[in-house]
Amino acid sequence: MKKHSTGARLSSSDDTLGAALRRQGVSRRSFLKFCAATASMMALPPTMVPAIAKALESAKRPSVIWLSFQECTGCTESLTRAHTATVESLIFDSISLDYHHTLQAAAGHGAEAAREEAMKENFGKYLLVVDGSIPVADPGYSTIAGISNLDMLMDTAKGAAAIIPVGTCAAYGGIPHADPNPTGAVSVADLIKDKPIINVPGCPPIPVVITGVLTHFLTFGTLPELDDLGRPRAFYGQSIHDRCYRRPFYDKGQFAETFDDEGAKKGWCLYKLGCKGPTSYNACATTKWNDGTSFPIEAGHPCLGCSEPEFWDGGGFYKALSIPTTEVARDALYAGAAAVAAGSALGMMNRARSKQAKSEHEKVSVDDLQKED
Amino acid sequence: MTELEFLSWVRGPGFQIATVIFVFGIIVRLLEIFLLGRKANLAEANGSEMSGGMRAIFSRMAPESDTMKRSMFTIVAGYIFHIGLFIVIFLFAPHILFFSDVIGFSWGALPTPVVDMTSVITMITLAAVLLHRIKDPVMKYLTKTQDYLVWLVTFLPLLTGYLAFHRVGLPAPSLLALHILSVELLMVLFPFTKLMHAFTFVLSRWYNGAISGYKGVRS
Amino acid sequence: MSTKLEQAVHALKEQIDAPVASFLSSCVHCGMCAQACLFHTETGDPKYTPILKVEPLRRVWQQEYTFWGRMKKMFGLAKPITDEFLAEWEELVYDSCTMCGRCSMVCPVGNDITYMIRKTREGMAVSGHVPDGLVGATTRAVTIGSPMGVKFVALEAQIRHVEKDYGYKVPVDVEGADYLCMLSSMEIMNFPEYIGAIAKIFDHADVSWTLSSKAFEATNSGIQIGVSDIAAELVQRIVSEAERLKVKCVISPECGHAYTAIRWEGPNLAGKKFGFKVRHILEVLDELRQEGRLKTEGMKDNRLTYHDPCQIGRRGGVLEQPRNLINMVASDFVEMPDAGKMNWCCGAGGGVSTNERADEIRLKSFQRKKEQLEAVQAETLVSACSNCRIHIEDGLEAYHMDIPVISLTETLAEHLVDKE
Repeated sequence: MKKHSTGARLSSSDDTLGAALRRQGVSRRSFLKFCAATASMMALPPTMVPAIAKALESAKRPSVIWLSFQECTGCTESLTRAHTATVESLIFDSISLDYHHTLQAAAGHGAEAAREEAMKENFGKYLLVVDGSIPVADPGYSTIAGISNLDMLMDTAKGAAAIIPVGTCAAYGGIPHADPNPTGAVSVADLIKDKPIINVPGCPPIPVVITGVLTHFLTFGTLPELDDLGRPRAFYGQSIHDRCYRRPFYDKGQFAETFDDEGAKKGWCLYKLGCKGPTSYNACATTKWNDGTSFPIEAGHPCLGCSEPEFWDGGGFYKALSIPTTEVARDALYAGAAAVAAGSALGMMNRARSKQAKSEHEKVSVDDLQKED
Repeated sequence: MTELEFLSWVRGPGFQIATVIFVFGIIVRLLEIFLLGRKANLAEANGSEMSGGMRAIFSRMAPESDTMKRSMFTIVAGYIFHIGLFIVIFLFAPHILFFSDVIGFSWGALPTPVVDMTSVITMITLAAVLLHRIKDPVMKYLTKTQDYLVWLVTFLPLLTGYLAFHRVGLPAPSLLALHILSVELLMVLFPFTKLMHAFTFVLSRWYNGAISGYKGVRS
Repeated sequence: MSTKLEQAVHALKEQIDAPVASFLSSCVHCGMCAQACLFHTETGDPKYTPILKVEPLRRVWQQEYTFWGRMKKMFGLAKPITDEFLAEWEELVYDSCTMCGRCSMVCPVGNDITYMIRKTREGMAVSGHVPDGLVGATTRAVTIGSPMGVKFVALEAQIRHVEKDYGYKVPVDVEGADYLCMLSSMEIMNFPEYIGAIAKIFDHADVSWTLSSKAFEATNSGIQIGVSDIAAELVQRIVSEAERLKVKCVISPECGHAYTAIRWEGPNLAGKKFGFKVRHILEVLDELRQEGRLKTEGMKDNRLTYHDPCQIGRRGGVLEQPRNLINMVASDFVEMPDAGKMNWCCGAGGGVSTNERADEIRLKSFQRKKEQLEAVQAETLVSACSNCRIHIEDGLEAYHMDIPVISLTETLAEHLVDKE
């Protein structure tokens, strides 16, 4: 875990991002490299790199308020657990993170005072990051300093320039929202309709996606292009399956059947083991995790589809996508048994009708054939 | 309803409903037919009903030459799309997974690009079959609304399957859900339409072969 | 008393069995049966598509024997069976179908459409929508004993001529004979040579046989018009005589539907297994050939072909026997395309020849036979059904073709070695 400056505010929001980066010892070269990487990841043309660099350098370090609700802190862990200091993490250091109750040293009323102050000072300009879902069944399920999550969110959202729900819980309700959803957990977008929202789902989300979104916001002052689930297309535009290095095995029909069979050892496709890659949109297969080491499929585990709404209730992590979630064989058996009974009844009725028709047969003679004139 | 909720519905309750209607409907219809029975034939036999019937089940797959000449398109196109459907339905890896989950055993799949190509050929053939139905005087005369409906519900799973595989137009969960939904539509309509021929053809061919076989004719 | 329409629906209801239900469930409207039907191939008119001809039966099946159809009927959604509807179907069921069974051979799902046409006629006959020609023939068959109104006195006269011309005795009402030989009116009136040929062959092979004065007519109009009650009555006449004369076997003559009537439908119409065998004359002749009881001399050397009568071949199972017999007496025997079980109908079976209204389409459909004959450049046509023969002669004349049409039995008789 990185060290952060003490005090109610994590850093000063006075100077520019460029200055802050230089103070942290980031060279111009590695800064430009970061800009180029960000540009390519966001599918921007290389000609945009100087513009990004210029925009970032001169951008005033934005004030960021980070609210954590019903969550596991996994998202924060993901974002802070970089093994070496990267430009991405430094970007993080360089924002004015004015409130984050896990990371800030201040506690209690002091912490809340910092939030209120940041809100007042940067009203209409600050970025609001949210992780965790919001319980609406009973506000008492989750409170901070006596303030319910719902109240805090609604209050803080008022002055936000944009809201970035980080993690699947904030974006779509996530695990707290999973059936039977005892707390009545909902996502940010379920509650707030009048602010720009950029969902960064994942359980947890990829850190570079956060910095990418921030970079975009700082560079252009606008929201990146979003898909219909409110996710930046630059990172969530392709499915895991599309970019999976095991894809050729899928195309060839070579599948691991169990976790320890020959196919698994040979690195064949994990579709049959329940991989949700084909329906999951995220950048894992390209950015990877743990400083680009690997991603779950590379470790031999199928994708759970954690960046998708309802992923927890999707019918089982180890059940292939093409398989129904209910017990079809059982249903078919019951239906079949009922059908044999009903069909036999109907069939016997038919038989009886036919028999009756025959018994009611009126003998036809040639007289009956004569036409009535 | 979100995409994943939609997908969950078609994979869950939707599939349950379709399965029940499909299985129930088919069995009821088969019993309705079969239990009607038929009179015992009192004429002295000149051949075996059983062997004639069994023979016809297979021999009707090979039309004799004059029929071949006169109904070339129907036969060739019919062969292509029936085999195509068989390959796409039963030899595509994700489908095999479905079957093995339901019936408990599985079999080898064809390479995905082969199935992909087959589905394209099948769709083109089905389009040609539809055109033939619209253009050919006999087909036009014979055709009822149901024929178009059945064509559509046969074509849709292929189309949605193709789109889902290549992820065209919509996000993958929606495409997959639409694909499964189109299959469910097919399953629901199955017992009420001529799609029943997929099961009753065995009965029909057997009866035909048996009637002829009894008289010593191989039909 | 119920109306004719109600009677018709009731009759159709009686006819439906598991094969019908499975056939009607299987049809995919592929149209292949149309390509097998000479009424379609020679006119190009799609209304002659065979499966459509059974529509009256299909509607009754759907409305009476399917759950779904009964629901539809209950809510008034089913297509009604009206008198007008049946009237429209009369031509399709009678004029443009010879029940030749070719459609039943090509249906990819295996529908025996002919089987269903036969059943459809049961409903049509009682509905009153039935050709006058068939009603007349059926009435004569029941009241006089023959569809052509032939009485035994007429047969007696022909027998006398034959006995004189051929010099063989024609036994009548001989109790204990092995074979009871049946005839068709057409043979009695148009081809009495057949009787002579039989007399000669059976004398040559020492076969004990007889005719019956009470039941000589083998044809069965009840089958063609589609009234099983009448068909049964006509069959019963033969059965009674066969039993009275204690014969071992009844021989069906050179007539297609007569064979179907007595051989295949007979026991089912009579409601019991026969105590005697029923054979077509060609089957009897081929048995004699196998036993070496037929000695022939000389060969016809002109190009000769054989027309398979539908009810004897495709619907009857007598396919090899005529070929065996022809090869005894013909050196240049050629098969027409599609010969055998896929042979094309002459166009006049199933009561079509009795139905004057169908004359035009009957002759039009003859083009098929014409093309078949032209394909092999036949110089002589042999067949084993006098109805086929008469119609083919008619057709050949209409199309200005000069090919003699002869009977296989008669041809065989001509080549028999004189008995020492």
